[in-house]
Amino acid sequence: MAARYSESAAKVVEPPSKIKRKAPGSGQVKRSVRRLESKAKVDGSAEYIYNLSLPGMLYGKIARSSIPHGKILSIDATAALAVEGVHAVITGEDIRRLIPDPYYGPAFHDQPILALDKVRYAGEPVAVVLAADPHVAEEAADLIAVEYDPLEPVFDEVAAAKADAPIIHDTLKPAATFPDLKYLRGRSGTNVALSARVRRGDLEKGFEGSDHIFEHTFRNGKVSHAPLEPFVTLAEMNGPDGLTIHTASQSPSFVRSEVSRLLGWPENRVRVRTAFLGGGFGGKLYIKLEALVAACTLLVRKPVRIALTMEEQFYTITKHGATVRLKTGVKKDGRIVAREVETWWNGGAYADIGPRVAQKSGLTSAGPYDIENIAIDSHAIYTNEPPAGALRGFGVSQVVWAYESQADIIARALKIDPLEFRRRNILREGRPHATGMLMTDVDIDAILDRLAQRMEWDRPFDHGSETIRRGRGIAIGIKACVAPTTSVAMVNIYGDGSCGICCSTVDMGQGSDTAMAQIAAEILGISAEAIRVIHPDTDVTPYDMATLGSRSTYHMGNAVRHAAEDARAQLLRIAATALQTDIDELECQDGAVMTRSGGRMTFREVMVARFAMQAGNIIGVGSFIPPYEKPDHDTGQSRQITPFWMLGGAGAEIEVDTETGRIRVTKLVNVGDAGSAINPDIVERQLIGAGTMQFGFTIFEEMIINEGQVVNASFADYKIPGMLDLPHDLTGELVEVPHRHGPFGAKGIGETGMFCVSPAIGNALYDAIEVRVMEMPLTPERVLRALRQAQDRPLTND
Amino acid sequence: MTETHRRTIRFKLNGRPAIAEIATHETLVEVLQRDFNLFGARESCGQGLCGCCTALVNGIAVSGCLYLAAFVDGAEVMTVEGLASGNDLHPIQQSFVANCAFQCGFCTPGFILMTKELLDRHPHPTTDEIRHYLSGNLCRCAAYPDIVRAVEAVSGQESDRSIDHP
Repeated sequence: MAARYSESAAKVVEPPSKIKRKAPGSGQVKRSVRRLESKAKVDGSAEYIYNLSLPGMLYGKIARSSIPHGKILSIDATAALAVEGVHAVITGEDIRRLIPDPYYGPAFHDQPILALDKVRYAGEPVAVVLAADPHVAEEAADLIAVEYDPLEPVFDEVAAAKADAPIIHDTLKPAATFPDLKYLRGRSGTNVALSARVRRGDLEKGFEGSDHIFEHTFRNGKVSHAPLEPFVTLAEMNGPDGLTIHTASQSPSFVRSEVSRLLGWPENRVRVRTAFLGGGFGGKLYIKLEALVAACTLLVRKPVRIALTMEEQFYTITKHGATVRLKTGVKKDGRIVAREVETWWNGGAYADIGPRVAQKSGLTSAGPYDIENIAIDSHAIYTNEPPAGALRGFGVSQVVWAYESQADIIARALKIDPLEFRRRNILREGRPHATGMLMTDVDIDAILDRLAQRMEWDRPFDHGSETIRRGRGIAIGIKACVAPTTSVAMVNIYGDGSCGICCSTVDMGQGSDTAMAQIAAEILGISAEAIRVIHPDTDVTPYDMATLGSRSTYHMGNAVRHAAEDARAQLLRIAATALQTDIDELECQDGAVMTRSGGRMTFREVMVARFAMQAGNIIGVGSFIPPYEKPDHDTGQSRQITPFWMLGGAGAEIEVDTETGRIRVTKLVNVGDAGSAINPDIVERQLIGAGTMQFGFTIFEEMIINEGQVVNASFADYKIPGMLDLPHDLTGELVEVPHRHGPFGAKGIGETGMFCVSPAIGNALYDAIEVRVMEMPLTPERVLRALRQAQDRPLTND
Repeated sequence: MTETHRRTIRFKLNGRPAIAEIATHETLVEVLQRDFNLFGARESCGQGLCGCCTALVNGIAVSGCLYLAAFVDGAEVMTVEGLASGNDLHPIQQSFVANCAFQCGFCTPGFILMTKELLDRHPHPTTDEIRHYLSGNLCRCAAYPDIVRAVEAVSGQESDRSIDHP
């Protein structure tokens, strides 16, 4: 059932009969259905992998590297093994005996399950202690003594890219899954994992024809995903030659294929299941604890559970720090005619999905603007810091911080209203993006209109006085949804006519169970609340690339739609025979097949007609992979770089205390294009939730990494937004531009609310005190230092 | 654990008598999960800073990840599992559902129990009081505006609530 969207689009557009009827509509989509699992989430019964323990299970505690870069000389586990109750201590060498090449990763096979030969960041797992009592395991893990021969580390991404930098990996080992990385195989003497390029027009000519040229460098620090459910994985033997992995993962299908690859097993011997996730935000993707727990289980032949503490989350995965250099040529009238963007992504010690972040966010790093001459270079860099991966936006918020801060600088320099400056430059329907793909199903004007309206942009604004100054700012941003990726779904009608959906999309709070149920319900003419969504289990639910990148509503939504259409077609065929009528005379409504003359067969009756009793299954299958054209290696040009464009805008009003540098955000408006929203309430909440997360990243969240050591790895020292931090006026605003191939016109939106918050606040800061801070987050200290510099009375230690 | 002290504790758990054999270093959350299969109180930050592990001990909210199980000997402990009456959700739970006051749901039991303590002490809080009272509970999905609305909505029904749940 490799249904392409073109086939299904035809199905939707053509009405099923010649007679005019209202478009198939059961009122299940575009409806704010309450989350299907609402009750379970308020009565404590919702299933998380965190809740799971297995009979005879051992707890694992990880001993971690204390230095950022060095050769391992010896690991002495004597004292740990002497602790009463310790079952085993596992090191990298033990794992190498089980798995000869124990390196994993989605883009590069560069990360050892436990450190081998050397360590590449402080906090890297070096050994695991297993014990029936977690306190025993923890105590013993502290007793493992490791001797290192330190190597020179490198932390800054720009420095690490230079030719004379210490080398972190001897050779690059791109994963075979990405054919376009093959050329990097075996390359040595570099920390640059990948450089992606986009070239359009003639940059030099563009700059020559410019009236003004602006050049700036912007920086983002590293932040933590900090989902409240810990990273947790359990594994157990499944018969003599199989393995079951229970894991709080956003990507069960990937876990299965990667663990199978490591073990040299066929995928059907590895079962991976998950449950509700207590947050993910891109952190719980690809392999985190799964390979380690699987290896431990196989070594000791007992169930093993490892759950990370909050502190350990900070050593496991981070958002990318980034340095973005932006050079922009504009005409006197404010038209951007040339833009050069170079970004260095601080990927930490292991690539994880960093090379894809560099490539995908690189290609939109010139912004949602119609620019004739563009050159983009985007480099994924290894450093001796904890690995960086995907964090709700896949790098987009880092580049939006740069190009929207600069948009404000340019508009002010040319004395053009910032909103008007954007209107003169935005990409409109049918115009070519930097990659050459034509923009479709977009309306950035509508986003600007909504921002103008909600920010009351045309009205005079009170800029405050004395020590409390006020300002306002806006920003817009663009993302290309990740491509190409596959989703497969099954819709199962049971003997009594009830319905279950099997899909591997992980509901981590974004409401995907509810959205998938609404889509199937719309097709089948039943109520979304009556559908059961079966959670990912690779023995049961079909393949899905992963729950990431705002792709699920569009990709899995289309797969579920196809599956439901397939099930409906089967129901109608059986009913047509039973009722001796033409299939075109039938439709599904209110849990039954209806004829136009008023005849009715419940789904249960259809099942009985087919199987002679209340028995059997009707299984509808659907799969979806959108069309994609790989970008040209040298120019990044492609006619089909993404299935849909994601667009958003934000506006902020702030107060700044000029004596302390403290910013208080008083109003935050987040506008996102959801296509036709399947569930408007949930979508609005996604915008608010993402906006609040990015607000934290903008105002106070920052991992402090000193000589490679994360020094604030706890909620005592690393603050995430709480109730008292929030702007009182905080809204999510939907702009609905239906997508021609989205399920019922929907696009993904889980990340959109992240894009624009930081530059909106940064631009408001400039509006308030005429100080531009180039590096995030905008902490009181950073703001005050910049303000005092601007006043020519710098703080003493500047 | 060179030397582990063990003891027996007897307490009331969600209205019923309970007994557990514990090690003295074990926390309330560990014992609730291991011995009573209750997972509504969950450890997240492990430092008493996020509120996911909230339980009520003699009506007072405690951080179950720090609070030693030994301390509940003789006390009344309530977890989120003890709020509903049979199939009927407590009005606070109903209000969280009606106001969509959660996304991933991991922090939700903590917010609900903190709200219970708040409304038991201050039946008619102002919005500012709600924000302050719940400021020790964190929600990474940031359902905060909906949580405030849920608490406001249920505190308005306080008189009804006390009749339903004396």
